[in-house]
Amino acid sequence: MSIEPNPSSGGKPGAGGEYIAALRGVHYAVDEKRVFAGLDIGIRRGEVTAIMGPSGTGKTTLLRLITGQIQADSGEVVVDGQDVARLGRADLYALRRRMGMLFQNGALLTDIDVFENVAFPLREHARLPERLVNAIVLTKLHAVGLRGAAHLMPQQLSGGMARRVALARAIVMDPEILIYDEPFAGLDPISMGVVMRLIRSLNDALGISSIVVTHDVQEVSQIADSSYILSEGRVMASGTPRELQSHPSPIVHQFLEGLADGPVPFHYPAPDYREQLLGPGGGAG
Amino acid sequence: MSLARDLLAGARDFLARAGALSRFFGRLLLLVPGGLLRPRLIVDQVYNAGALSLAIIMTSGLFVGMVMGLQGHDLLSRIGSEESLGTGAALTLLKELGPVVTALLFAGRAGTALASEIGLMRATDQLSAMEIMAVDPMRRVVLPRFLGGVISMPLLTGIFVAISIYGVQLIGVQYFGIDQGQFWSEMRSTVEIEDVREGLIKGFVFGVACSLIAVFEGYNAEPTAEGVGRATTRTVVVSAVATLVLDYIVTAILL
Repeated sequence: MSIEPNPSSGGKPGAGGEYIAALRGVHYAVDEKRVFAGLDIGIRRGEVTAIMGPSGTGKTTLLRLITGQIQADSGEVVVDGQDVARLGRADLYALRRRMGMLFQNGALLTDIDVFENVAFPLREHARLPERLVNAIVLTKLHAVGLRGAAHLMPQQLSGGMARRVALARAIVMDPEILIYDEPFAGLDPISMGVVMRLIRSLNDALGISSIVVTHDVQEVSQIADSSYILSEGRVMASGTPRELQSHPSPIVHQFLEGLADGPVPFHYPAPDYREQLLGPGGGAG
Repeated sequence: MSLARDLLAGARDFLARAGALSRFFGRLLLLVPGGLLRPRLIVDQVYNAGALSLAIIMTSGLFVGMVMGLQGHDLLSRIGSEESLGTGAALTLLKELGPVVTALLFAGRAGTALASEIGLMRATDQLSAMEIMAVDPMRRVVLPRFLGGVISMPLLTGIFVAISIYGVQLIGVQYFGIDQGQFWSEMRSTVEIEDVREGLIKGFVFGVACSLIAVFEGYNAEPTAEGVGRATTRTVVVSAVATLVLDYIVTAILL
């Protein structure tokens, strides 16, 4: 049921292989607080892979490791055959040009309109004729259903629209990997359905690999080919959504069913409730 | 004991911050040649930092000049040298008041705008998004704003001084009736090109300092509303102190 990262995926840049990204034995801590303790994950090429887990389990940290924004204390983070930690700035930026990322809040540049936001990576990295830039941007905006919103400023967009514009920007350079950080958070059911279908259809139409970090279990289960559930710094369970449903672990069961209490306690560790309310020895007699 | 420990911690923080600021400045300087290849970005920032500061600079300059006219006339009339008002005001404005007041106003208007804009970009993941798009925010966001500020400051200083001298003339010539010809000719014969150069050098140095502090504070702001607010406040305070300290150093060197 578990997916082991393929060791053969390391090597030359752009090397083929079953996995487009892999984390092997990754340890990471922030201010003595352990986030990952020997994390092993493999992201298969051409698939939608969901990374799930309770809040605070380091899902976004995982994305930052894959994109090289932070480095693991130990272990390997390999993306398309390249060890991210060993890359210099130029090589890291070259790798990032083959990635697209959708931030939780869209992260659109607020001083330029929708069209310029989508055109931004093209203008920064490619010297293309204006007519071609125009055609590419309108094509990408059309793909997310917002060609008519090209002239709007980010402040004029709803949350769902902003995320779709950010998605158009993420795919404008035709990336090989698309990374989504909580793509469904705060969306109404219609926007959620639209974003969900877009993730799946873009993955299939563009032939890319997608990583979706989320805790919206039901939604992501409909589009993911495989999923990982993280807890306490490690992979608690992995497999297809169907396989996870029959997983024996109580913590997996609690997470998938959305139960308030279980192996992951509802209450943050605290002193005795009675004693804290009434004082030492309070209430006795 | 606790006071000594606090002082030590404060000194350590100050040195760490000064070190970080120096590294940040060094990195910016390395990026300058590449940044100059995209003049459009710099022109936009000259507009944001310079043109949008014009109203406050001109209004303040006019009133500073008029106050100098009143005070200068009062002082000079006691020793019977009213006709020296133009010369005295021009030298004071060119060498000291112009660059210093412009820098303080620049820090309050453009500096806070720069720090809060970059800080908000950090808080809303815009800078992280750029990094993921393989665009260096230092090159794309910070450098043009820094250069825009550095270019704007000497220009604003010149405008401030010119408007202030006009304010002095309004009071001295139009209000107190000092002879117009004497007012201007004495100023022209006494003020030398070195005095103008001193003012422009100070404008440039203060421009580098205030712009650097603003972009540094914004770029390193904690990504929260409170963090951005703190960065904005620090920008004004640190810029004001740095301007006054640098004013002494530059004056001591140039005199």
